[in-house]
Amino acid sequence: MTDKKIRVLVAKPGLDGHDRGAKVVARALRDAGMEVIYTGLRQTPEMIAEAALQEDVDVVGLSVLSGAHMALTPRIMELLRANGQTHVKVFIGGIIPDEDLVRLKEMGVTGVYGPGASTDDIIRDIKETVAG
Amino acid sequence: MTASQKILNGDRLALARLLTKIENNAPEGRDALIELFPHTGKAHLIGVTGAPGTGKSSLVNQLALHYRKTENKKIAILAVDPSSPFTGGAVLGDRVRMRDLSGDEKVFIRSMATRGSLGGLAQSTANMTQAFDAAGFDIVIIETVGAGQSEVDIAKLAHTTLVVEAPGLGDDIQAIKAGILEIADILVVNKGDRPGVENTEKALKSMLDLAHPTERIFRHHGSNMRVTGQAQKASSSLTWIPPIKRTISTEGVGIAELVESITKHAEHLRISGDWAVRDRTRLQVELEALIQSSLMNRFREEVSEKKFNEVLEKVFQRNVSPYEAVKMLMNGRLK
Repeated sequence: MTDKKIRVLVAKPGLDGHDRGAKVVARALRDAGMEVIYTGLRQTPEMIAEAALQEDVDVVGLSVLSGAHMALTPRIMELLRANGQTHVKVFIGGIIPDEDLVRLKEMGVTGVYGPGASTDDIIRDIKETVAG
Repeated sequence: MTASQKILNGDRLALARLLTKIENNAPEGRDALIELFPHTGKAHLIGVTGAPGTGKSSLVNQLALHYRKTENKKIAILAVDPSSPFTGGAVLGDRVRMRDLSGDEKVFIRSMATRGSLGGLAQSTANMTQAFDAAGFDIVIIETVGAGQSEVDIAKLAHTTLVVEAPGLGDDIQAIKAGILEIADILVVNKGDRPGVENTEKALKSMLDLAHPTERIFRHHGSNMRVTGQAQKASSSLTWIPPIKRTISTEGVGIAELVESITKHAEHLRISGDWAVRDRTRLQVELEALIQSSLMNRFREEVSEKKFNEVLEKVFQRNVSPYEAVKMLMNGRLK
């Protein structure tokens, strides 16, 4: 009997030390029945891609509040691809200005969530993209 | 190239994928394990268990760092955390303490959830250990969930079991209870900079002094399984008395001495013949677990859900006791 679970890596790249949001999302995904691997603060893109590989996750969720998302995201996407993990969906939460949304989507980011986003929406989006 | 060939060639992505297949109990995982089995039996399996918050993950981090610095060995870490009994979800947070290991190609860390298993490990932990073993990892460290008193499955899986204690967790009565302390090959008193560390060590030491070196016999499926070899009986000098090691894992204090004890224990197992005995015990436990789950599957196939629910309803109504229900269902299977 096969028993598949959605595995999500929740990571905080860069230097900001505010992980409340990441923890709220991790907890919400847990309560939605997913397995969440939490990596903690101040991760480099290399650390995130390596953890995503070892843990064979379906989804990587990045929390960025520092404003460095346009520098960190492309590097993470590139490393995921270089590792052969093209199927991994990337979601970003944090303080992301509207004008960056299009470029993030072009890089292959699946979803972006700002302050006040509902965890129900995040859960639904993850379930839909992983299933589809 | 098949998945198992890729794994034997050291392909990390193929290994990560296979671990998922094994964890999900998918047929591809079982097929690969069949091919990989002849390549297993080389790794030293080290179990790390203890109560939540005693510092298991930090200790594992330090152990792996030490092995990488001094012995250039390939290290795999399998870290188990609990699944929610209500939603089946989990937050696996052991990697947070293992960031020092990232960027090292010869270290592979995998987190896993218990998925409803009790006993401190998940059902597929042993099989995932085999995949690491076949992939050429010299040492596989298995970190259990934060264990209470009876999560002792790790002793059936690992060659060397470390039980991690911290000051302030219990008195000398806790120390003479059956269960987790009994399975220790090495006792680690972590957080050695905390007050009360001497008392903890004293309680553990008096526990060891009280203990007569007994044979380790597991009660398993109603039958006893011996874990010590014949050689031990022959010479009492071969009896292993668990050393007590003091560490401060956040600072790396005492780690070299702990690794020395682990190495000594491995030597002891080889000299006394216990290494082979433990391997056999593990394989027997694995085989029995597989038989159990395949019997359960066969039962599900042969007894329709409708029939099962009918009988269950009778139990709910208190018309039939669970014992009678079992009889009815098993007879139903035989038609």
